[in-house]
Amino acid sequence: MKRRTGKLVVAALMTAALAAGSTTALADEDVIYRTLDEIQESGTVKIGVFSDKNPFGYVDENGEYQGYDIYFAERIAEDLGVEVEYVSTEAASRIEYLQTGKVDIILANFTVTEERAEEVDFALPYMNVALGVVSPDSNVITDLDDLGEDDAVIVISGTTAETYLTENYPDLTLQKYDTYAAAKEALENGNGVAWANDNTEVIAFANQNEGYTVGIPSLGSQDTIAPAVSKGNTTLLDWLNEEITALGEEEFFHADYEATLLETYGSDYEEELVVEGGVVASEEVEEDTEAATE
Amino acid sequence: MPDLVTELGLNVLFKGKNMIRLLGGLWVALRISLISVLMCIPLGVLLGVVMTWKNPVTKALSRLYLEIVRIMPQMVLLFLVYFGTTRMFGWNLSGELSAVIVFTFWGTAEMGDLVRGALVSIPKHQYESSAALGMTENQIFLHIIIPQTLRRLVPLSINLITRMIKTTSLVMMIGVVEVLKVAQQIIEANRMSSPNAAFGIYGTVFFLYFIICWPVSLFAGYLEKRWGV
Repeated sequence: MKRRTGKLVVAALMTAALAAGSTTALADEDVIYRTLDEIQESGTVKIGVFSDKNPFGYVDENGEYQGYDIYFAERIAEDLGVEVEYVSTEAASRIEYLQTGKVDIILANFTVTEERAEEVDFALPYMNVALGVVSPDSNVITDLDDLGEDDAVIVISGTTAETYLTENYPDLTLQKYDTYAAAKEALENGNGVAWANDNTEVIAFANQNEGYTVGIPSLGSQDTIAPAVSKGNTTLLDWLNEEITALGEEEFFHADYEATLLETYGSDYEEELVVEGGVVASEEVEEDTEAATE
Repeated sequence: MPDLVTELGLNVLFKGKNMIRLLGGLWVALRISLISVLMCIPLGVLLGVVMTWKNPVTKALSRLYLEIVRIMPQMVLLFLVYFGTTRMFGWNLSGELSAVIVFTFWGTAEMGDLVRGALVSIPKHQYESSAALGMTENQIFLHIIIPQTLRRLVPLSINLITRMIKTTSLVMMIGVVEVLKVAQQIIEANRMSSPNAAFGIYGTVFFLYFIICWPVSLFAGYLEKRWGV
């Protein structure tokens, strides 16, 4: 009995220590990761992806991973000469997975931001992302400055669209909804004149619903989506960068778009969304910071 | 009728292997909770007995343990065990093992407290009268105290078990694909073709949780009646 209690105590104290120490401990501890050689030797690359973000990373009805990110992941594994093991990640835990070396690469619609770049290393980008605004054909909004006080713009609470518009268009009347479905209904009922969201979302919406147009396909700053590896994993990072550059020559990401995104976004937005060979059109890069997506 | 099926998105269930995937996810959730329950019942009974000791050290320590479990959200515990142990000790525990550890850690504390509560609720005169009848200490426990304690424990621990089954939905955060995550995958994969699928799929998940938890509750009711005073 006594001994058992002892063990429990140790367990309890350990948890307490972990809780108290975790924030400080992780800052100075080395990050654990597998180098390029170690991955190739093991024969498997572990890639963290979304399993519920159609059409970027999702699981189809046969239980197979599919999407824009997956198409790229399959190619990475092929060129590394290894098998791929997918790990289903959530938006909130993507950095944690890299910092603990539980995956080698994150390919989960991961937007490059300065804060994140301090925690993980981003490779070259392979997609653009920005905010977009969709409105009914009868009154297409092409400039938010044209809107008066009575013209409400619909946003979903907690999205980057809400943050961006609050900061950059303080005079704009926002109408906030908690869910995608509620926002959609509000637009259809004419509660607001337009709906602002990630441009991929509004483009998909306009393509699926007759009578709506994306008047502003790219609002504010342009952000990019890139693969990420554990901080300091230079061998893998360099390999990925070379891979992305090399794939540009065969227009790989255009092929990826056509295979996975075309159905949702149509061909009009291919150039807008795809980044080929890691090169983003320069004027878009110069605008800075914040906007867009998770 | 076929319209209603489509309206609720139930047609999505029968696409490809979706139904089998959902059941597979349910099995993952069940496996985690079953193993945890099996571990935390004996551990919890031991802990409960320890908690009734008058020793101030064991009292303080078991109190500390219980409070930690109560205060910490299970989510935090999952992250601590799954990611924290990798950071601190370089252990690479799988998501499922981490989940079992956390659920056992949590269940043992709660079970311990339930056992303690049940033990101290047995009136002192029960011990005294059995002693007066000449029973040995072992006989008192075996024939008088334990049966009464068990009877008081059943409804409470069934509540804990069903709570554990439902809480397995959190393990998706550490990469374990259980029934709710499969449901989300199915809904998202079909959000263009069947935007209403959420209702039907979540409804199915509700039904699956129900058919697991309900028999457990029925069994508890049966036991209570059988042992009823």
